[in-house]
Amino acid sequence: MTGILDGIIEALELIITGDPVLYGAVFNSLFFSGVAVILAALWGLPIAMLLALKNFRGKTVIQTFFNSLIGVPTVALGLFLFLIFSREGLFGFLGLIYTPAVVIIGQAVLITPIIISIATTALEAVDPEIINLARTLGASESQASIAVMKEATNGLLLSGVASFNRAIAELGVVLIVGGNIVGLTDVLTTAIAQHTAIGNLGLAIALGIILMVIVFSINAFIVLARKIKTLFYGLNIPIFNLEGKNHENSL
Amino acid sequence: MKTAFELHNVTKNYGNKTVLHGVNLKVSQGEILALLGPNGSGKSTILKIMAFLEGITSGEVYFENEGVSEKNSEVFRSQCTLVFQKTTLFDTSVYDNVAYGLKVRKVPKNQQEQAVKEALKIVKLEGFEKRPAKKLSGGEQQRVAIARALVLKTKLLLLDEPTANLDPKNAAILEEVIAKVNRENKTTIVMATHNMFQAETLPHRIALIDEGKITEIGTPVEVFGKLSKNLARFAAVDNTFSGTAQLTAEGTTLVDLGGGVRVEVTAQLQGEASIFVNPQDIILSKEAIHSSARNTFKGKITEITDFDSLVKLKVDVGKPFLIQITKRSFNEMALNLGSDVYITFKASSVQVF
Repeated sequence: MTGILDGIIEALELIITGDPVLYGAVFNSLFFSGVAVILAALWGLPIAMLLALKNFRGKTVIQTFFNSLIGVPTVALGLFLFLIFSREGLFGFLGLIYTPAVVIIGQAVLITPIIISIATTALEAVDPEIINLARTLGASESQASIAVMKEATNGLLLSGVASFNRAIAELGVVLIVGGNIVGLTDVLTTAIAQHTAIGNLGLAIALGIILMVIVFSINAFIVLARKIKTLFYGLNIPIFNLEGKNHENSL
Repeated sequence: MKTAFELHNVTKNYGNKTVLHGVNLKVSQGEILALLGPNGSGKSTILKIMAFLEGITSGEVYFENEGVSEKNSEVFRSQCTLVFQKTTLFDTSVYDNVAYGLKVRKVPKNQQEQAVKEALKIVKLEGFEKRPAKKLSGGEQQRVAIARALVLKTKLLLLDEPTANLDPKNAAILEEVIAKVNRENKTTIVMATHNMFQAETLPHRIALIDEGKITEIGTPVEVFGKLSKNLARFAAVDNTFSGTAQLTAEGTTLVDLGGGVRVEVTAQLQGEASIFVNPQDIILSKEAIHSSARNTFKGKITEITDFDSLVKLKVDVGKPFLIQITKRSFNEMALNLGSDVYITFKASSVQVF
């Protein structure tokens, strides 16, 4: 028990004094996961737009494929990415294994199905007439697509936040392809695992506290964003109103 | 008069289903043309083609005598705008809704503000700029949609059932607006409607549409003036029925609509006849009422649709009648689906054609 208590006290000291190993991992976590979300959104949102707004053969197959990817064990995904990016792998020539780049790619691949799945649902919930409305008001095809995305802002924001939370909490993929190199590819989760294993409880607890603070702050941000939107309108509009449909007074 | 828009032998298929069969239609510049027909007759499809939101399967489309193809349709699309039947709004403020078309046209901000203000004034929504559009009442929402179209000052304004879901107050405001922009801006207007009353008063010409074909076209007097079989076929046009008329000893006429429904009318005629009863002219009661009105029928409520301040009811008395009452009356009478009710209307409020 005293060990744990000492650990907590040491953790607080590390947090207050700005321990470089601790904050290195914090910075890496935020930076890698942030970039991963942006990357995944860059290729995930167009796919979600396609799935939500267009009808084509094989659409259900693709949707099912991405939905099942959410359930893939991350260790398996980590191994798969390791095999591709290791020296003898398909992309081995890039020399990315054990670099921040491959950690970001790994996280982006991991959260892509989450972004696609939530964003598709959000975009599908937008009134299908919105795209024609934008067009008849003079919008080009791309402006009309942006109009649809704006209507789905809440859901798209949710997909980003959920993905970020998933990415920053990820251990398996990051450990396998990143190698947990201190100051280079170590993140909060890998550092917690390592320092717990070697009995460095103070640092492990400090890392754990910060990871929790980050996750809770993001959720607090959502609540705050909802409040701000409420203030803006002066009315109570739920930010995660995925319905997005017109209110009709039909009995 | 110059031709604003022309459809030449236009056919439209959705999959295997043909919804328009060789439609020919010329719209003159500055006129109000009403497309009158039952639901599913092809009115909305014609409007979507005229708004360049839908392509055609075969035929030709001309905008101010210029041929329109799929390649150049985007150029013409900005010269017309369509207001949908189902009010569709962006989930943002009234201002951002109305200004949307101006923003994509890159109109300078101060001009945008001025134009939005004017458009909101026309639809009697001054000062509504900052309100969240989707929190407005149904009638106000539809007026925002109209303002959003008006602000663009397009050559061609297309309206799909603009007043279908509105209470009389909002409908009257919109009809006034439509007449005003046509009169003052010379905007060419094509509107779909299945409201016979609206078709009689507002447009310069009426095109009757049935099963994807234009069956008749002419001025309201021409179309409504003669006994039109095409018009009578519109069983789906609310409260329009056809039957056999027979003179009575008292000098009035009884029109047998079938289903045991015989309606007394003041016009004197024999043989085939079609009648129309305005939903607002029908009195609804829970007990039979004794009055001077000549027509009373007992029936059951089969449909209830709730609008802002009024309720539309379908009452089956052997024939389905549409009745419009205020929400207050509806609540006070404690009506439900399946309730037994009586409908009453005067012989003189029945229009015969």
